[in-house]
Order: sequence, then C-alpha cells, then structure tokens
Amino acid sequence: MGASYGKLMMWFFLLSDAFTFSGLLITYGLVRSSHKAYSGAVSDFTFSTLYWPVPEKVFDSVPFLHGIELPLVFVGIMTFVLIMSSVTMVLAVEAGHRMDKKAVEKWMLWTLLGGITFLSCQAWEWTHFIVGSDTPTKVKYFLDGVWVTKDVFGANLHVNQYGPQDFADFFFFITGFHGFHVFSGVLLNFLIYYNTVTGVYNRRGHYEMVEKVGLYWHFVDLVWVFVFTFFYLV
Amino acid sequence: MAHHSHEPEVVVLPPDKEKIALLWKTAGILLVITIFEFIIAFTIPHEYHNLRVAIFVGMTIVKAGYIVLEFMHLRYEVKVLFWSVLIPMVFVVWMLVAFVYEGIKMSDINFLGK
Repeated sequence: MGASYGKLMMWFFLLSDAFTFSGLLITYGLVRSSHKAYSGAVSDFTFSTLYWPVPEKVFDSVPFLHGIELPLVFVGIMTFVLIMSSVTMVLAVEAGHRMDKKAVEKWMLWTLLGGITFLSCQAWEWTHFIVGSDTPTKVKYFLDGVWVTKDVFGANLHVNQYGPQDFADFFFFITGFHGFHVFSGVLLNFLIYYNTVTGVYNRRGHYEMVEKVGLYWHFVDLVWVFVFTFFYLV
Repeated sequence: MAHHSHEPEVVVLPPDKEKIALLWKTAGILLVITIFEFIIAFTIPHEYHNLRVAIFVGMTIVKAGYIVLEFMHLRYEVKVLFWSVLIPMVFVVWMLVAFVYEGIKMSDINFLGK
C-alpha cells in the first residue's frame, strides 16, 4: 500500500477504538434524549432526579476556589493541557524525522508532563464529582415497599445528586474510559522516552515508534474534543 | 568506554522551520476555536438550544479535522491509507442516525401525554 505496516496497523486499531468511543457517546445521546430536559431558566436551575442536568451547572468548580461558581473553567484548562501536549508530541515526531535525539527527549518530557497533568486534573474532578456539593439533593427512593426521601451528596454508580442515575453512570464510563486511554498513553510515551534516551532508535536508524505512539496520543486528544463537546458543552 | 564505538554515526538534520511554524499555527487555531466555543457557551442563551448545538458540533468537526489531517498527518499519507481510514467512518454516521432516531421515538413514548 505504500504505507508502513506499523503505522497502518496503528491506524486500524484507532479506527476500531473510534467505533468504541462512538458507541459510548451515541448511547449517551440516546439515553439523554429519552430523559426529560430541564425547561426553566438556567439561573433558577437546581439539581433534581426528574430531569437531565445542565452540564455547566454540574461542572462549575475549580480547585482552591471553593464556593465560587466558575462554570466549565476547569474543564477548559484540561482541554488546553491536552491540546498543548498534542503539540509537543507532534514536535517530538518532527524531531524524530531529523534524527535529533536531544529534541525528541525534550518534547517527549513535555508530552509526559501534559499527560500527567491531565490525569491529575481528572483525579480532582472525579473526587469532586463523587464527594458532591455543599448542599444535598433530596432524592426519593422506593425502599422495602415504601417511598423514602434521602439527602444525597455527590454521585456514584448507585446514587446521584446531580440528576438521573444514568447521568452519573455515563460520566464515570465515558470520562473513565478516556482517562484510561490517557493513562495507557502516558505509559507508552514513557516507553518511547526511555528508548530514545538509551539510543534504541538511533541504533535502529529511524524514529518511527515515536510517530506510531504519537498517532495514539493524538487520538486521545481527538476523543477528548468530542467528550468535551457532547458531555460538557451541549 | 569502549561501547561508544558501537553507537552508529547519526546525522542530525536542522529543524524544518516551515513545518514547525505550521504545527504551532494549527495549535493556535485549535485554541482559538475552543475559546470561541466558551464565548458561545456563555453569550448565546440556552433558549436557542438548537443553534448552540449546531455551532458546537460544527466547531468540533473543524477541530477533529485539524487534529486528524495535520497532527496525525493523514493529509500527507498515501491515498489508500487516507480512504481506508475515512470510509469506515460511514458506519459511525449510520450508528448516529439510527440511534438518534431511536432516541427521539423513545422520548415520544416516554413523555406521551405529559
């Protein structure tokens, strides 16, 4: 075909991975549209299990700024971090084409830093999502044959203060599956960095591995672009 | 140390200034689009839901295009690779159409008479 075997196979793997993520995101769309949407004014929005939440009202916190409403700011920072790490990755690939070992090392370190920063941000966001807001949401449960009302803080796979249970479940599955991809990407990036430092690619005569792992890393960024739009913005 | 003699002689080429400039430009475009999305998110009121969604989806496709074509280098690959990646995406489009249609029908039934 004129394309290298390794790159071709990476592309086909990414294609199959794209199908998996499409499945998750499209199912999210399906389930969301089968729930009631919030119909009042956004400024009057309160959490309720009766309708799907407005995402910017759920994700409005930033570390160290407790109690200040900053909708989507933190997720914006995460997007910026991931886009920047994609740029440093592509610069590492460019350096690899020129057999510039020192530059590959430098840009791979920046990429690693970006990936680890993103994962740390996500850890904070998950913690915040699980622990919940300062005021609880009253949720009605059907327990042992009677309806009871409970105060619920935060969300997990059993309870959800922000809205219908499906909302929390999809949050954990979609951002979790993406986060796992980022985690694998960081491990692969480290492997590439290690091999570069030890001179494996110089002895091999080319830096194609940087390019192949780079494809994977850009794909992780690509998926985040879609998660960002369909989970946080829309 | 003796093992230095086993290290191959590597010719390091100078940086391709034009290519690097293009990469930074692409990154700049991605950031500008993301900032634009934030502006839309906080200026166009939620009442115009369909307009907001249309802008967000459009911007997402533009961003995806830049990532795939420039960062992932697909634009410069051989045509066979280019098309063998893009054509199977038809299945995703079909999945989207089928499930969104299904979702609309599901909500019609769920909220019947409500």
